[in-house]
Parts: sequence; C-alpha cells; structure tokens
Amino acid sequence: MNTTRRTLIAGLGAGAATFALPGLIRAQNASAHVVVVGGGFGGATAARYLRRYSPDLKITLVEPSETFVTCPFSNLYLGGLRTWDSITHGYAAHSAEGIGVIHARAEQIDGAAKKVTLSDGTVLDYDRLVLSPGIDIRWGALEGYDEAASDRAPHAWKAGPQTQLLKSQLEAMEDGGTFVMSITDGAFRCPPGPYERASLVAHYLKTNKPKSKILLLDSKETFSKQGLFKQGWEALYGDMIEWISADNDGKVAKVDAGALTVETAFGVTHKADVLNVVPPQKAGWIADRAGVTNDTGWVPVKGNTFESAQVPGIYVVGDATIAAPMPKSGFCANAQGKIAAAAIIADLAGAAPAPASFVNTCYSLVGPEWGISVAGVYYFDGEKLAEREGSGGVSPLEADASFRQAEAVYGAGWYASISADTWGTV
Amino acid sequence: MLPPPQHPTLRGLLAALTFATVAAPGFALAQSTVSEAQILAGPCASCHGPAGQSPGAIPSIAGLTEADLTAKLTAFRDSPPAGTTVMTRHMKGYDDGQIAALAKYFAEVEG
Ligand SMILES: Cc1cc2nc3c(=O)[nH]c(=O)nc-3n(C[C@H](O)[C@H](O)[C@H](O)COP(=O)(O)OP(=O)(O)OC[C@H]3O[C@@H](n4cnc5c(N)ncnc54)[C@H](O)[C@@H]3O)c2cc1C
Ligand code: HEC
Repeated sequence: MNTTRRTLIAGLGAGAATFALPGLIRAQNASAHVVVVGGGFGGATAARYLRRYSPDLKITLVEPSETFVTCPFSNLYLGGLRTWDSITHGYAAHSAEGIGVIHARAEQIDGAAKKVTLSDGTVLDYDRLVLSPGIDIRWGALEGYDEAASDRAPHAWKAGPQTQLLKSQLEAMEDGGTFVMSITDGAFRCPPGPYERASLVAHYLKTNKPKSKILLLDSKETFSKQGLFKQGWEALYGDMIEWISADNDGKVAKVDAGALTVETAFGVTHKADVLNVVPPQKAGWIADRAGVTNDTGWVPVKGNTFESAQVPGIYVVGDATIAAPMPKSGFCANAQGKIAAAAIIADLAGAAPAPASFVNTCYSLVGPEWGISVAGVYYFDGEKLAEREGSGGVSPLEADASFRQAEAVYGAGWYASISADTWGTV
Repeated sequence: MLPPPQHPTLRGLLAALTFATVAAPGFALAQSTVSEAQILAGPCASCHGPAGQSPGAIPSIAGLTEADLTAKLTAFRDSPPAGTTVMTRHMKGYDDGQIAALAKYFAEVEG
C-alpha cells in the first residue's frame, strides 16, 4: 500500500475526525491486500480472523494442499481411535467468506518489494504478509537420518503419508515386536506429542499385540506432563513402555534406517521392529527465503504483534516462531494467528493494536478415557512474551477416574471447536 | 460445516454503520481496530467454539447473561465448583477488569 495515502487517512481520522466518512476508511481497507502463506493452524486462522475483523479487506490464502490433515489427533489415528477423514479439513469456509484460496507453494518472498512468487509462476503483491509455514526437518542433523531414511523409519511429525506409513508398519509388526521412538531435544513441535504417541501406540498394542514393547530413547532428562504420563502408563499399560532419559544414555547419536537400529551417545545399539524418529526441527524453509529466520533456524518476532523482528510487513505465527514460554502447539498457532490479524488491521488503520493476550492448552490422551492437560495464559510484558503469574499448570496428579474421563471428552470438544474456528469444519 | 460468521450484506451494512456512528474525535481510530475484549476473547473460541458457540463437548458460552458470566468466571478463579477441570488454570490469569470485559463480550456476541 502507498504509505503516503495511509498516513493521510490516518491523519484525517485522528485530527479531523468529522471527515472520517465511512467510505474513506472502507476504501482504505478495500485497497489493501493481505497474503497468508500456509493453511495450517496459524495461517488458516489468521485468514478467517482478518475477514471477521475487516469485511472489505482483500485476503489471499496460499496453501499447496487442497486438504489439511492435522497433527493433533493423528496419534488417535495411530491408536485406532480416529479415522483419517475425521482429522482432514478443507478450505470451503475460506472461499465462502470471500478469501481467495490458491493451491500453490510460495517459492520466493521479497520483503522489500512486497512480492510473493508462487510455484505456478504467479506473483502476488501484498501490503502485509502472514507466514505460518510450520516446521521442516533438519535432515542429517541426527547422523543417518536423511529424507530417504524417513521412508523406512518415519518421523510422522507432519501429518500425511508419513503418518499412514507408521500406522501400516505398526499393523504389520508381529506380536512381541519392539516399537522404538527416538526423541529430539531443543525446540520442537508439540512437547507432549511423543508421549501421547507412545500412549496410544501402547493402547493399540495392548489391544492387538500384547506381548510387544515400547522403548522411548530421549535426548532430554525430563518431559512435558511427565508425572501424569508415567502415572497413566503404569495404570493402563503396566511395564509395556520403557522410557530412557538422556542421563541414562537415552540420547540417540546415530540412526541406521536400513538395519532399523539406533546407536546411543555411549555406543549402545538398540534394534527396532518399528522405528519412529522425532527428529531435530527448524522453521519451514520459506521463512529462510523471506529472510525472517535467525541463526537458530527459527523466527524472532515482536511479541505484541508477531511481526518479524527482521523484516517489516511480514507477520510470522505458529511453530516457525520463537515464542517461548508459549509451546509450539496448534492452540498457540491459532491464538497467534488472531493476534497477527488484529495487529495488521490496526496497522493498516495507522493505529496501535490492543494489548496481546494468548492462551494455550494441550490436551493429551493417555488412554481412550484418560485425558490430561497442560494450560497457560500469556501476554506481552513490554519486552517479551510471558506467562501470567498464577495461571496455568497441569492436571492434578491425584485426580480420580471421572476427572481423567472428563478431560478425554473435553479434549475431543477442543478438537471440534478449534477445527471449526480454523477451517469451519469439525 | 458452520455458516460464515455473518451474512455478507448485513456484515457490510454493520461495518458502514459502525464507521458512521464513530466519526467523533478520538474514536475513529479506536473503532477501526480490534477491541481489547475481542483480543481477550480470541483464545476462548478454541475450546468454546467460534464466537462462543460450541460444536462439541465443551459448553457454549455465547448469550449467557453478563451477570452469570461474571459470576462463573470469578468463581472459577476464586472458588471453583466441584468437577472443574481446566477453567481455574485459565481464570487465574485474568483480573477483575478483564473478566468484566469477557463477560460483556460473550453476553453480547453474535455468531
Ligand atoms: C503428533 C503430534 C500431535 C500434536 N498434537 C497437538 C495437540 O493435541 N494440540 C495442539 O495444540 N498441537 C498439537 N500438535 C502441534 C501442532 O500440530 C502444531 O503446533 C501446529 O500444526 C502448528 O501450526 P502452524 O500453522 O505453525 O503449522 P502447520 O499447521 O504445520 O501449517 C503449516 C502449513 O503451511 C504450509 N506451507 C509450508 N510451506 C509453504 C509454502 N512455501 N507455501 C505455501 N504453504 C506452505 C503447509 O503445507 C502447511 O499446511 C501436535 C503435533 C504433532 C506432531
Ligand atoms: C482448554 C479449553 C478451554 C478454554 C481455552 C476456555 N475454556 Fe471455558 N470451559 C472449558 C471447560 C472444559 C469448561 C467446563 C468446566 C471445567 O471443567 O473447567 C468450561 C467452562 C466455562 C464456562 C462455564 C459454562 C457454563 O455454562 O457453566 C464459562 C463461562 C467459560 N468456560 C468461559 C471461558 C472464557 C471466557 C474463556 C476464554 C478466556 C474460556 N472459557 C476458555 C474449557 C475451556
């Protein structure tokens, strides 16, 4: 957008408000174009909330896939508790709301010229850009784990063919086999995700192949909701799940996908029948091309708006960002998408946005009727993102069966609501 | 599939009305942005559904009275009813003013 004109309209609004006729402000919004790259939790939400907040804005959503399969509840699919269809969503609501949906990949982003080049050759001009590309795998960062290795030892950390591959491997495994999961440290998508996956694979094995074992080789010394998971594992699965922490030589140093073995930091080799690697990660590659990542491989943002700290006009949300203490969750990506939308609306009007406020809750299923959660309320304290003091925390350890069951039911309720909020389908 | 938030024509009309009525000094800018209450209410939708209308197991909260909402949200924070699972952990992050804003928002919100 032409800055001079924006300043002029903002000036009129502030100084000579009687001239702020409806047509003027609406025309200003109508002339602006916001492009959203990525139709996952962050991007699909940002696009719809931009529309909710501004009926006249031109909004384009760029997402290669015509359907989106959610990582949330993909562990339930692995455990046999959900169908593939029930975790798949489309973009019909976006189209119905007048959001232009283009199924292509963004290949290049020029933040100075404000242009996005798509895989089909289209070049889009934008006034503001939202990027929510999720994660990419750092291929090779774990020795032996490259893209070819993931055909044999899936990560299934992006929902899609990898998830279906892992499920078919579990189905093909003999009773008495060992499911091994290697778990990364550092920043990664969905901190409780590996342990929920272990739980629901255990549910599947207990039901179908009860002599099997699960071995979790962890690069960390502790994990999310640890006390709650361990309590549930013991109650539901006895000693089926063994967790080995980094200080007990759980850290995997090398993967041999061909042999289905992993070698730990201290040289112990473990043989798997099914091998799942939750690998080191970074922001989706398009973030590099946009120039918004720093040397961590993730994207620093201004915590009150989620505008890139490096390139003005580009707002980045979701897993790609450095947003600690908020975790990399679909819940947070959705919340950040709304904040970025509000910040863009304010910025286009030449105003400051209202203070940012966020929530996260990660529900995990330990068994079909055993739900647990971790929650937090977050805000921008003027310098950084912070958790509201006294808020949040995990489900009580001493809760009874009806509490666990209620959280399993509410977890499914959360999935329906956030799906409706993000894609318009439950 | 849920219907889009509002009927497009009506939505356009409402927008025009909003801008027309707020053309008074100091208000024009504030009204063309997203309010603090809308921001506070944003994450509630992830559990209670878009605009507080839930498609699933978590109760809808749109259209409860302001007094009822204030009482419930304050109780979750200060003396939670038996069986509360998660709302206490949330409401401990909000002060009285924010609870009042949330209560007013969900009492008045339209799908
Ligand atoms: C096993 C597992 C379980 C999980 N469970 C939960 C849970 O219960 N609750 C929870 O809150 N979170 C959960 N998560 C985390 C959640 O999946 C992520 O935090 C969330 O998907 C992040 O949203 P995002 O928008 O950043 O990225 P994504 O949702 O991954 O969306 C990114 C989108 O961008 C698109 N894209 C990428 N590059 C381009 C490009 N160049 N051009 C155009 N489009 C592009 C991709 O196609 C994709 O659709 C789980 C994750 C895993 C792995
Ligand atoms: C993680 C999911 C989640 C989020 C986020 C959430 N709620 Fe709730 N809410 C629940 C659940 C579950 C209940 C039932 C009580 C319980 O178990 O905590 C509930 C109950 C309520 C009730 C009582 C409803 C009734 O009819 O008794 C109100 C009011 C409410 N929430 C308001 C809010 C507001 C306002 C927000 C946003 C600030 C919010 N909630 C965010 C899950 C959530």
